[in-house]
Amino acid sequence: MSLARASTDRAGGMAARIGRLVGRVPVTIVYAVGLMLIAWPFTRALTGALGPDPVRTLEQDLGLSALQVLVVMLAVTPLRRLSGISLLRFRRALGLTALMIVIAHLSVWLFLDVADVGRIWNDIVRRPWITVGMAAFLMMLPLAATSTASAIRRLGAAAWRRLHMLTYVLVPLAGVHFVMVRKGWQAEPLLYLALIALLLALRLERLLPRRRSASRPRP
Amino acid sequence: MRWRFRTELTESDVTPEEVFRARRKFMAAAAGAAITGALPGGAVAASRSDPVLRDEPTRYEDATSYNNFYEFGTGKGDPARLAGRLTISPWQVRVDGLVERPLDLSLDDLLKEMRIEERIYRFRCVEGWAMVVPWNGFMLRDLLERAGVRKEARYVAFETLLRPSEMPGQKRRLLEWPYREGLRLDEAMHPLTLMATGMYGKPLPKQNGAPLRLVVPWKYGFKSIKSVVRITLTESQPPTTWNMMAPDEYGFYANVNPNVDHPRWSQATERLLGSGLFAGSRPTRMFNGYEEEVAELYRGMDLRKYF
Repeated sequence: MSLARASTDRAGGMAARIGRLVGRVPVTIVYAVGLMLIAWPFTRALTGALGPDPVRTLEQDLGLSALQVLVVMLAVTPLRRLSGISLLRFRRALGLTALMIVIAHLSVWLFLDVADVGRIWNDIVRRPWITVGMAAFLMMLPLAATSTASAIRRLGAAAWRRLHMLTYVLVPLAGVHFVMVRKGWQAEPLLYLALIALLLALRLERLLPRRRSASRPRP
Repeated sequence: MRWRFRTELTESDVTPEEVFRARRKFMAAAAGAAITGALPGGAVAASRSDPVLRDEPTRYEDATSYNNFYEFGTGKGDPARLAGRLTISPWQVRVDGLVERPLDLSLDDLLKEMRIEERIYRFRCVEGWAMVVPWNGFMLRDLLERAGVRKEARYVAFETLLRPSEMPGQKRRLLEWPYREGLRLDEAMHPLTLMATGMYGKPLPKQNGAPLRLVVPWKYGFKSIKSVVRITLTESQPPTTWNMMAPDEYGFYANVNPNVDHPRWSQATERLLGSGLFAGSRPTRMFNGYEEEVAELYRGMDLRKYF
């Protein structure tokens, strides 16, 4: 029927084997890696290994790690549809880990970089790239708060799903934040943004099933 | 007699190398101890407060490993990593435009003929970090006077070397190459304005703009153009690279000014390179602390408009 299904069939044996392997990996690994991604650059900053401007470097390292985790999270669904390998089990942990790293990223900015309440508000309002980053962060909060099974029951699956579509807004915003942080149109953040756009585009087939099936005859 | 710049920073402010190293070891040990909780926090606090409040020259390793020189890449470490392949000998500099005698000088000519002196200057990047660098160089005004400034000249334009084969960043059109900068003639003739040929008593490292760069200590760092090959006297304000790229962010004047925000960075404070993770930032000074020397250049100008 679709490209996804065809490739799944071809790679079936391999995907099944990888799937079984992934199935044995405990979810807590994601949190452990997340903590490492915070602790490692922080330790390096303390020992001078992050160079002469450790505050800015730490801030940027944490921001990039958070974005990378968000990209991995966004890749879960396309990966499952294209290869049959399901990392669905890890998705909640990936989202919460991204938030954890974002909080570390924000803390460095708040406490080690700006460290002045008046200026923090000023920065949020007056600097577009901080406004964008802050918006992405705020959108993560309701998603984290409703990340439990009981929250899904309380909200109902449909409402929960609609709320969590915020992901498709906040991850691109995080990517835009990265582009804006850099002076000029730099390649690295643009590549991340392109990757995010691609991962979102791969979902369009599912979001627009009717138009698809109408325009393309089923075999 | 011509007025000459006198800095409040003197040779005695330069921390001897062995003291740097001893201090660095202590800082590392203190940081290590702080992690394991073996030292009271106060000891760490005392060791880190001093370099922030005092204008101690930045460690040589820091000043030469954390650079913005987009000709070699946009990462702070790219210039130190990639500038090694740049050929700086032979090096010719042209002084032309509205001058009596256009000059074509090699670096050796300059080193032989110009009066090289040491100047310890604060250096402030528009991104909010700062350092203190002991430069070696000569006053730009001495060079311009050798060429003879014609009376129609009102600005000075500078150009960096264009050589994509050795400057990989120039292969991408992130900025319009070659890098260009400019000063008003009175700024260029100011005794603080230096053409640096060295730093810390050594020849200028390539990542810092070898073999010849401009240093204008009261302006944001991007004005202090590196690896200069051409200096042209002009009648009208020359186009400058960052200004062409984002005119609302990077003004032609780019004077350090805590009261005029950059759209990206509040300029109220600055982080001193090498001061550590918990040092915090210090207030930015008007004209980077050179207000007494240069404020008269801008008397009557709206510095919000001419940022």
